[in-house]
Amino acid sequence: MIDFSTLLSNGVTQMIGPLAIFYALLAIGLNVHFGYAGLLNFGQIGFALVGGYGMGISVQFGLPLWVGMLVGIAAGVALALLLGIPTLRLRADYLAIVTIAASEILRLVTRSTSMTEFSGGTQGLTGYGNGFLALSPFDDSRIYQFLGVGFRGQELWAVCIGWTVVGLSLLLVYLLVRSPWGRVLKAIREDEDAARALGKNVFAYKMQALVLGGVFGAVGGIVYALTIQSLTPDFYSPPQTFFTYVVLIIGGAGRVFGPVIGAMILMFVFSITDNFLRQATDGGNPLITFIESQDIGAIRFILVGMALVLLVVFRPQGILGKKEEVLLDAR
Amino acid sequence: MRPPGPVRLPSPARSTTAGPYRRIPRPLGVLIGVLIAGAALLGLVAPGLAVSQPAPTPPTPAQPTPTPSNQPTATPSAQPTAPAEDGLPASGTLRNDDGTLLSGVRVQVLDSSGRLVDDDLSDPRGRWELTVPQPGQYLFRIDQESLPEGVQVRQGEVPREIVAGRPSPVVFSFGAERTSLESSAISQVLRVLVDGIRFGLVIGITGVGLSLIFGTTGLTNFAHGELITTGAVVAWALNVSLGMHLIVATLLAIVVGAALGAANDLGLWRPMRLRRSGLIAQLIASIGLALVLRYLVLIFFGGGSEAFADYGGQVERDYGIIRLTDKDLATIIISLAVMVGIALLLQRTRIGKAMRAVSDNRDLAAASGINVERVVLFVWVLAGGLAALGGVLFGLSELAGTVQYEMGFNLLLLMFAGVILGGLGTAYGALAGCLLVGILVQAFAEIIPVDLKYLGGLAVLIAILVVRPQGLLGSRARIG
Repeated sequence: MIDFSTLLSNGVTQMIGPLAIFYALLAIGLNVHFGYAGLLNFGQIGFALVGGYGMGISVQFGLPLWVGMLVGIAAGVALALLLGIPTLRLRADYLAIVTIAASEILRLVTRSTSMTEFSGGTQGLTGYGNGFLALSPFDDSRIYQFLGVGFRGQELWAVCIGWTVVGLSLLLVYLLVRSPWGRVLKAIREDEDAARALGKNVFAYKMQALVLGGVFGAVGGIVYALTIQSLTPDFYSPPQTFFTYVVLIIGGAGRVFGPVIGAMILMFVFSITDNFLRQATDGGNPLITFIESQDIGAIRFILVGMALVLLVVFRPQGILGKKEEVLLDAR
Repeated sequence: MRPPGPVRLPSPARSTTAGPYRRIPRPLGVLIGVLIAGAALLGLVAPGLAVSQPAPTPPTPAQPTPTPSNQPTATPSAQPTAPAEDGLPASGTLRNDDGTLLSGVRVQVLDSSGRLVDDDLSDPRGRWELTVPQPGQYLFRIDQESLPEGVQVRQGEVPREIVAGRPSPVVFSFGAERTSLESSAISQVLRVLVDGIRFGLVIGITGVGLSLIFGTTGLTNFAHGELITTGAVVAWALNVSLGMHLIVATLLAIVVGAALGAANDLGLWRPMRLRRSGLIAQLIASIGLALVLRYLVLIFFGGGSEAFADYGGQVERDYGIIRLTDKDLATIIISLAVMVGIALLLQRTRIGKAMRAVSDNRDLAAASGINVERVVLFVWVLAGGLAALGGVLFGLSELAGTVQYEMGFNLLLLMFAGVILGGLGTAYGALAGCLLVGILVQAFAEIIPVDLKYLGGLAVLIAILVVRPQGLLGSRARIG
């Protein structure tokens, strides 16, 4: 039998949980790249990786946590500059290939056995975030419940901080895209040559957008690493970027609140389908017999893949977006 | 300045070619396409379900090879067993660097004070299992005395932290030390060169399809890796579960790959072109398709490496200046023959010339009476068949005769590197670029840790974009 109330409460927990925050922050960054500047960044997870590992490795080498966070953000800026210089003058798909390659390079290097003393190799890093947990005002021994959703004290602390960061990021993006800077960015997305003809330095604007979005990605990596208190390299694999694209496209690229709505919807759907399949394939008299329980993890990737195809074909503007705001018919 | 991209202009010529296909309701067509692609895969891979592991290869004393190209790893097998009341399990499979399983080898585990906690002999499938009393730091080591004749251990001591409730696979690597002085510098260089050419040719026969698809349609196909994986998996399923010889299985896999390529074009890309979907939309859709295909393969094939039934554990032959296994030599000969075939096709045949014409200028080709959609379909069929062949050769020569669900994606980035190095959209440039990337990857493996060897190709990708973004043979107009 399917227990619908558990499905629903798990779904709501996931909707506001750490992963939703992570995808929301990544997608806010990607929204600056893809939604406003029209940059096809397929290595957003690489920015999260340098953010998280920048912090983790710094703390491991004895620096205080707040310095570690700054190092993580600086690493995001550096990565954006490194990727932007060769590719921003080229066509969009070059940036896509280079960014995805860069994120894979970063993952392979962090998980390499030769890097074990820095990044912990495949085992990853832990213990860097104790200073963050020590600040928690909540009692970790009890579970805080409201409306059927429960978090342990430290989780609640991380989730509160996470959504605060998301809120501030949204405010920043909201202000920026309504500034003259944001209008130039949109102009470049719509017609690069026209913007250039008006005397705008297109390369500089694109680079600023790439750096800004990369910083949001790095912050997402930092917040998530602090929430789950461990860094493992294989979490930062390319499909995470594809999830972020689904988040962005569902919510509506080029809309300030799109990423948050998209992240909540994605995590809700993931949780419902995962739990439903787990319940349906479990027990003595399973409802579904042709899927085995270890395959359930693969199903979310298939769902995401289908969602990507169907969304770009039938509703590229997502739920909130305006069709004319979405750069999908470019070169 | 933006050059007139191949798909951007909705020219009258293009709409006439598009005419006959307009009658299909487009959304339906797209949906059917996705379903066909999935269903084709489902039907093909399903037979593989019935098969369990391939028969264990008898443990042959293996020839130590000085090459780093044969992945010298043992497959870690995750044991999802819950911690037993009397201790925590740790396990692994011993595999020599040529892929043969090692049996009767003693594996020991020592605790932090150096005391022997447990030991085990590997079974005929190379598998061993040890138990440690409590979580903590342990040292796993291979008893050198128990190794079969001729087998050398490269990393015989592995420190590992055992955590309760988590599987603890331990990997030992076998094979001669890479820095062995037995071979001279010249034969070392030659070895790298031949390995590089072999790998480069494999990348090349898959990369040329990727490049032609880009040239004729403008699509950057991120799902190309999955064509490779599917080809290899189909060949594996026919080979292992239906007992066909690998050569027959590969030929059938090429047919299936070509059909999958055609299904890709007819089911998804042609309808999307007719909807005037932009190239970025198509790029994102190709990533979605890649995810669907890759994880369908994961569900039906599984996450491990599975070996082909034929050509396992070959011994290298001495050819005077170089030593090669028969399958490596066959890989080189087959790929070279295929490349010559592609060149002849492009130069001599009508369809080949039409393909080059469409790549050069789609609208001009359409205006001079070439049926562009038919040419594109042919390109997809060709690319699908080549990808399937490439998948089998990649598995045979680079992955020690095994197939994995992520093999295509791993090759994809190197294909992009090669194709961009040679010039995106060109056929000969793609071949040359892929060959270079193959050699660079193998050369890099000599100087950096083996688990980072693909980095060489990716670094080249970034370097070429800084120096000469149009690639070796590309034209300036394409880079926008």
